[in-house]
Amino acid sequence: MAENTTIKKSGLSLGLKIALPVLALILTLALFVFTDPTAVFQRGLPPVEDLTITRVEVVEGGFRVQVYNDGPDPVEIAQVLVDEAYWQFTVNPDAVVPPLGSREVFIPYPWVRYEAHVVTLLTPAGMTFSAEVPLAAPLPGFGWNQFWAYGLIGVFVGVVPVILGMLWFPALRQLDRRWLEAVLALTLGLLVFLLLDTFLEALELAREIPEFFQGVPLAVLTGMLTWLLLEAVGSGSGKNASGERSGLYLAGLIALGIGIHNMGEGLVIGAAFAAGESALGTFLVVGFMLHNITEGVGIAAPLLPADGEEGGARGVPGVLTFLWLALLAGAPASIGAWIGGFAFSPVLATLFFGVGLGAIWQVILAVGGLLVRRAEQRESPVFSWPNLAGFTLGVLVMYLTGFLT
Amino acid sequence: MAEQTRQNSFLNRRSFLKSLLTGGLSLTGIAAARRVLGGDPASSKASMPPPEGARHEGEEHENPFGAVGEVDHARNGFDPQEMLYDWDYGEVSSLPDGQTLREYEFVALDKEIEIAPGIFFPAWTYNGRVPGPSIRCVEGDRIRIHFRNAGSHPHTIHFHGVHPASMDGVPGIGAGDIQPGESTVYEFDALPFGCHLYHCHSTPLKRHIHKGLYGAFVVDPDPELYTGKGREIARTRNHQYPENQAYNEMMMVMNGFDTNFDDDNEVYAANTVAFAYMDRPIPIRGDQIQRVYLINTTEFDSVNSFHLHANFFDYYDHGTTLEPTLTTVDTISQIQGQRGILEFSFQDFEPGRYMFHAHQSEFAELGWMAFFDLQGEGEGS
Repeated sequence: MAENTTIKKSGLSLGLKIALPVLALILTLALFVFTDPTAVFQRGLPPVEDLTITRVEVVEGGFRVQVYNDGPDPVEIAQVLVDEAYWQFTVNPDAVVPPLGSREVFIPYPWVRYEAHVVTLLTPAGMTFSAEVPLAAPLPGFGWNQFWAYGLIGVFVGVVPVILGMLWFPALRQLDRRWLEAVLALTLGLLVFLLLDTFLEALELAREIPEFFQGVPLAVLTGMLTWLLLEAVGSGSGKNASGERSGLYLAGLIALGIGIHNMGEGLVIGAAFAAGESALGTFLVVGFMLHNITEGVGIAAPLLPADGEEGGARGVPGVLTFLWLALLAGAPASIGAWIGGFAFSPVLATLFFGVGLGAIWQVILAVGGLLVRRAEQRESPVFSWPNLAGFTLGVLVMYLTGFLT
Repeated sequence: MAEQTRQNSFLNRRSFLKSLLTGGLSLTGIAAARRVLGGDPASSKASMPPPEGARHEGEEHENPFGAVGEVDHARNGFDPQEMLYDWDYGEVSSLPDGQTLREYEFVALDKEIEIAPGIFFPAWTYNGRVPGPSIRCVEGDRIRIHFRNAGSHPHTIHFHGVHPASMDGVPGIGAGDIQPGESTVYEFDALPFGCHLYHCHSTPLKRHIHKGLYGAFVVDPDPELYTGKGREIARTRNHQYPENQAYNEMMMVMNGFDTNFDDDNEVYAANTVAFAYMDRPIPIRGDQIQRVYLINTTEFDSVNSFHLHANFFDYYDHGTTLEPTLTTVDTISQIQGQRGILEFSFQDFEPGRYMFHAHQSEFAELGWMAFFDLQGEGEGS
């Protein structure tokens, strides 16, 4: 009998075979919804009201509030408070926020420039969901001036310091050979710091976005996929005859990883200016400039000729190469500043930081591998005192200049 | 509202980044294209009137302050406008010795009430209303309250006044807590005259009171017991005397509601409904003396207050004296459970709206803000 059935079923088309489990699932779901055993637990419970305010824009004559409904039930915005006072409002298209949906609330309000306000939404049950406007100032409008300004800020934060850092390259070349690995270790220290930094920022963002986006998995998985993607893309290329990645290829990788990280920094700075916090923005720019000089050193490090390599023409790429690397690492800061300045979205930012996470992780593995191989070539320990010193210096410099950001 | 969302300092990018999530962000160019200001007038409930055409035309044009929408008083089963005047004199009869007996039926009921437009509060009520019935009697009357608990928790009625221990309406004494489905009778002589209150005294006390179990208990002085000027004043205070008709007597219970369980009120009001007398000002006449029986049952805040605009009043703390305890004041404060009588006149004032409100601005802006509407000649009633 069983055999007969098998034979019979094998006659079914592939499409039907694929569809069968789906149909069965639909039937099961229908059965579940119809009988709903969870009704026992839900009896008499009030509807779940769970709103998340994702954005409060300060605009001329009021606030524009973006609100998400995180819960399974529709939630009505019954009233609005601003600084503990009932206020008029309009919602587009209506005040009932559908599950996993969003609404935009406009509150005509005479906000006070450079002061803080708290916007609170009340549901019919009187649950309150609040968000703070830390500093009320009208948003700079979109214009070419703003566009240029954001772009320039990005250049100052990204490209310029990376180039400045690279100017140490000739000096580094003069170093005793055993210190070359220490410079690589310094790069590792820098990258480890950036990894932690990116991870923490991603977590911070992830916690704040509506729950259904699953922020932490979103960031971490994005990071993992980015790493795997970069590994897959790079698996066949960039290796020299002995199977080792060329210094330039590695430098490119580092520049890319740092570039994605710098995009996140640009995002923050752009958003700071957009939020009217120009003082903070300026402060951030100076901080990031100092912070990012070290990145230039990091990118240049793998280009230093290793033992056995000719220290001459082959080992030293041209100025143009350095420029390209600096652009790769620095220009994304401008892109970040544009996005942060004109279209900040916490979800998008979480994704960016996730990508940065993966990129930096991949670079750490690559640089770590290079360090190990070079140590093996010279038959010296990886965990040597110069390497430890280099690593410590990398972490320390990043940590200390981090105070400024 | 104690709730503080997040601190204001963002001196580093980490906390700044956090603040960005809710702080002022952009999208300006795009957002301009989808302005909500105009809104879609055809949309449902909160296709609230656009700010330009707010509730009070003209007047609120540049001040879009206040709640949006209207409370359904019919569904609530009580209307703050009527509550001002709906004194409950009870079922009146005479005892064999000639003493007046006033009997009341009180039922504790769980009931959801609308305390601000669209905001519903799971209240505990006496007779389905918050505040409960406004008991009005005369000093020396026999008061008999038939109390039945149809609610979901044990309740009592504790009267502020003179009575025996067994009639005190507190758990463990006399009838003590009245369990759901059970009944009791509270009986005592109404003493002393004054503006008093009653409330549930079951524990947890804070919750039983702020859920809505309270009301006015006003005892009029008996003029026969006083002489000279005191008797004249008592006649104006006693609802059975014609002199009382020259007074417009209003009952106001200042209360608040904590809707999100943070031990802080989201809604404040006089007589429960936020902004009720702002949306519909209380019409008054210049040829009447205004008398407000004011009671504070607000929970979570130690003090509430009453401030009258453009005028001054005399104040009788607890209402237990015939002479004012304060004269010519425009603001008084009351601690929890405190009450008093306010007397003022708008004779020869310019007709129009005169505001009154808690002088805690927070309470005022959370609902305890109101208007008298002084009628002109031939206007109103």
